[in-house]
Amino acid sequence: MTTHPPQHPAHKPGFVLAGVPHAAALQLTVIEISSGFAVCKVPYAEHLIGNPDTRVVHGGVITSLLDNTCGIAVGSKLATRGQIATLDLRIDYMKPATPDEDLFAFAECYKVTKNIAFVRGVAYHTDRTDPIATCAAAFMLGTARAPKTGTP
Amino acid sequence: MEILNRAIAENRKPDLQALIDAIPYCRFLGIEIDRKGSELTTILRFDTKLIGNPVLPALHGGVVGAFLEVTALIQLMLETESQTLPKPVDINIDYLRSGKPVDTYARAIITKHGRRVCNVRAEAWQDEHTRPIAALHGHFLIRPKDAETAT
Repeated sequence: MTTHPPQHPAHKPGFVLAGVPHAAALQLTVIEISSGFAVCKVPYAEHLIGNPDTRVVHGGVITSLLDNTCGIAVGSKLATRGQIATLDLRIDYMKPATPDEDLFAFAECYKVTKNIAFVRGVAYHTDRTDPIATCAAAFMLGTARAPKTGTP
Repeated sequence: MEILNRAIAENRKPDLQALIDAIPYCRFLGIEIDRKGSELTTILRFDTKLIGNPVLPALHGGVVGAFLEVTALIQLMLETESQTLPKPVDINIDYLRSGKPVDTYARAIITKHGRRVCNVRAEAWQDEHTRPIAALHGHFLIRPKDAETAT
């Protein structure tokens, strides 16, 4: 078994993904990367609310966080930097997020083939075994406009 | 939500654009509604903050997923008698083409309307309806009129 990053790396500073405009807009921070693994955070913010009565963040925020974290986990496992594209993403919502609490996501890229990478992920607040949502995703290695090999 | 509660009390459908505008995250994404009778199209106005891949450039996969989820939700608000905002149980998104940095449109259909759960399909496109950029299918919990407690 591969060693997993710490259970709750909230104390780690990380860095904001400034190169990805939407990640920057969400203040998405990369907390931890190791080969095939990634942990990211999106801090709670008023503009991310999906239900003004409960102040729970919108499911779409979790979609973006999981998609991005999965992408980073794939990138960390590849030997060369290249474009990747989400092929499909399935999300199961287990429970609503808690208002005012930061969101974390952990993703594991568990298989890379010639063309496809397979990833699973989980969104949580403090305990990865008490998930807000889980996901399974597949990514294409190389995109139509930026092929995997050769010059674009 | 006040808009929703008032509409339910007055036994009418809420103003869907006003409902969307009352949701901070939908305002953040910049979602608009074009309603022609029972036909409803959602519009995601392009903004640089929606970009996920600045190299291509392409819309963020999460944004496209969120947009489809909102589209499904709005369609449910239009067609069901749900007393609260529907809750997603699971969603499955197929990314078919990369989203270009232009406006995106989407429509949803309810494939099965159960008492508590609805199955919804939604598709997003940009310049041509026949060339969708992403498709969603998902299950949403609704709260029927005579439900005793919230699910």
